[in-house]
Amino acid sequence: MSILVGKDTRVLVQGITGQAGAFHTERMLEYKTPVVGGVTPGKGGTAIHGVPVFNTVRAAVEATAANATAIFVPAKYTFEAIQEAIETRIPLIVVITEGVPTLDMLKVRQRLKGTSIRLIGPNCPGLITPGQCKVGIMPGYIHKPGTIGVLSRSGTLTYDAVYQLTQAGLGQSTCIGIGGDPVLGSSFADLLALFQADQGTEAVVLIGEIGGTEEEEATAYIRGHLTKPVFAFVAGRMAPKEKRMGHAGAIVAGGKGTAAEKIEVLRASGVTVIDSPAAIGRSVAQALRRPTPSSR
Amino acid sequence: MKLHEYQAKQLFASVGIPIPRGQVANTPEEAEAAYTALCQPSVNVKAQVHAGGRGKAGGVLVAASAVQAAEQAKRLLGTRLVTKQTGPQGLPVSAVLIDERVEMAAERYLALTIDRFHARPLLLASAKGGMDIEEVAASEPGAIAREPIDLATGLQPAQVSGLVEALGVPADLAETARGVVKSLWELFVSHDASLIEINPLVVTARSTDGRLLALDAKVIIDDNALFRHPDLAAMRDSTQEHPIEWKAGQIGIAYVGLEGTIGCLVNGAGLAMATNDIIKLCGGEPANFLDVGGGANVEQVTNAFSIILEDARVKAILVNIFGGIMRCDWVAQGLLNATRTLNVRVPIVVRLQGTNVEEGRRLLTEARHLNLISVDELEAAAQRAVELARR
Repeated sequence: MSILVGKDTRVLVQGITGQAGAFHTERMLEYKTPVVGGVTPGKGGTAIHGVPVFNTVRAAVEATAANATAIFVPAKYTFEAIQEAIETRIPLIVVITEGVPTLDMLKVRQRLKGTSIRLIGPNCPGLITPGQCKVGIMPGYIHKPGTIGVLSRSGTLTYDAVYQLTQAGLGQSTCIGIGGDPVLGSSFADLLALFQADQGTEAVVLIGEIGGTEEEEATAYIRGHLTKPVFAFVAGRMAPKEKRMGHAGAIVAGGKGTAAEKIEVLRASGVTVIDSPAAIGRSVAQALRRPTPSSR
Repeated sequence: MKLHEYQAKQLFASVGIPIPRGQVANTPEEAEAAYTALCQPSVNVKAQVHAGGRGKAGGVLVAASAVQAAEQAKRLLGTRLVTKQTGPQGLPVSAVLIDERVEMAAERYLALTIDRFHARPLLLASAKGGMDIEEVAASEPGAIAREPIDLATGLQPAQVSGLVEALGVPADLAETARGVVKSLWELFVSHDASLIEINPLVVTARSTDGRLLALDAKVIIDDNALFRHPDLAAMRDSTQEHPIEWKAGQIGIAYVGLEGTIGCLVNGAGLAMATNDIIKLCGGEPANFLDVGGGANVEQVTNAFSIILEDARVKAILVNIFGGIMRCDWVAQGLLNATRTLNVRVPIVVRLQGTNVEEGRRLLTEARHLNLISVDELEAAAQRAVELARR
């Protein structure tokens, strides 16, 4: 079991003829993800890595019945690309692009209101259901099918955490990078609800970082609704105030959004907070250790 | 991107937000000319730096004649102003704003920020102006009115009324205040601002002229949106940024200087923050945050090393790479080339994980480079770096 992507996902790549789009299309195909079409205005009728290219999202969806799209177009054009995907009512939009203006994302969120469309990102690695479907740029081989849900605001730190889980013998149901920007399509809280409802997810690993209130808002959901164990790591304890730490959203502004605050709120909500980024895999494994089949 | 006060006030003026009569000066002569042009009995000479707390730090001086304006400008220009927000190095003053002095009857607060989680702009208004708004928010949260704006419908008249009421301005200035609120909103939408703050928004004494004025101005523009605002991008004052951070940013490396002795070279912002954290957990102090970026090649790794080494306090370097698309063997090659080219003298602890990790580690081991120590586990690597930095 999994959330959002799985065996029935049919992926479209917007910006498929760009460098990143083409490169990651090939990696997704290698992972046996059905990339059924691509979109680049003006390049319709051509093909790349055997994937047909269309001029518009509408034409691509009509021809391929794609039900998810991965957006790789440059930040300047991302708003239009998302807009096109929303108009075509693609149920899952994954925005990989970094550098999308905040005002554009505010408008996108406005347009998503009242629809059932789910948007992941921007500035994210995408999402993967191990062994089934990869919509994004994460290295596929570090994942393993299993029952741990992973949610993160980061890229390589997530890969590291996932790899630790895999090494500790813990596979993943679905791993999702929600993005490093200030305004995101989906929150931790939104996706925790999906993991709660997913029978194939036993526990969730949350990887947060400084800035904003994403983690605090997640705890409101955790306290009221989540019955599955949650483990968290929050990056940026050492981050100085008012400095942007790589991600557009990773900034302690007006004294708000420190790692210490987030850790305190998470702990108070019953989340197991892991102090060392190197101890994520082993901490989860220790906490979830179940009796072996023979001793049951 | 932060704007200077004088630049922010130019934007204010362009959308009709009333500002004091003023003029920017880059030299004492210009300050003298500005004084004369303003025709005011006395003026403030305000140091232009990207930080608050200027008044208390001696960055705002008074002048009552053209000669004095020049003198005060001379005292500020070319110095570094240290405020509670700048750190001990302070920020260079290369411009001063010569503003008319007004007699204040009341100080108010008005701002526009973004509620990230709910994805909506938020207008804030308070009668408690002229002080640290974070303190007001903490001690008296009820004193700040908050109006979230729906982008589809925009700023509503009832919201404007609510904000103006919270400002508590005299009845004859209410209409002007309404205009200021609306202009603030207009400025946000048209300029991709991520923060606009007027603190204080003053009511001048009735005995003089009883005006409403934006006495100070703080504007931050969304960096990601600068591509569509070349006019704003041109306002960037790189002298206000940390020189190494600025240099790194120019070549796509995210760098933030910290206070410790262990330099860090990491791929990915989250992992870079986590690397700083684990050094601290192991009893050390990181010298910097550094995200070398996703497509780090040999050249980029070399650049990153030279940036780290500009900080003379660095006694050891911890390289932490999780190879995804970026293969560990490429990274290892980059590290070897960089250390040779740059003749790095401090020890470098390298932790590689991910794609082609065995090949990467093999390259490092076989190179028998005395300064390069390959450690497989992150915690052990951090501990090693901490030990080496203590020597």
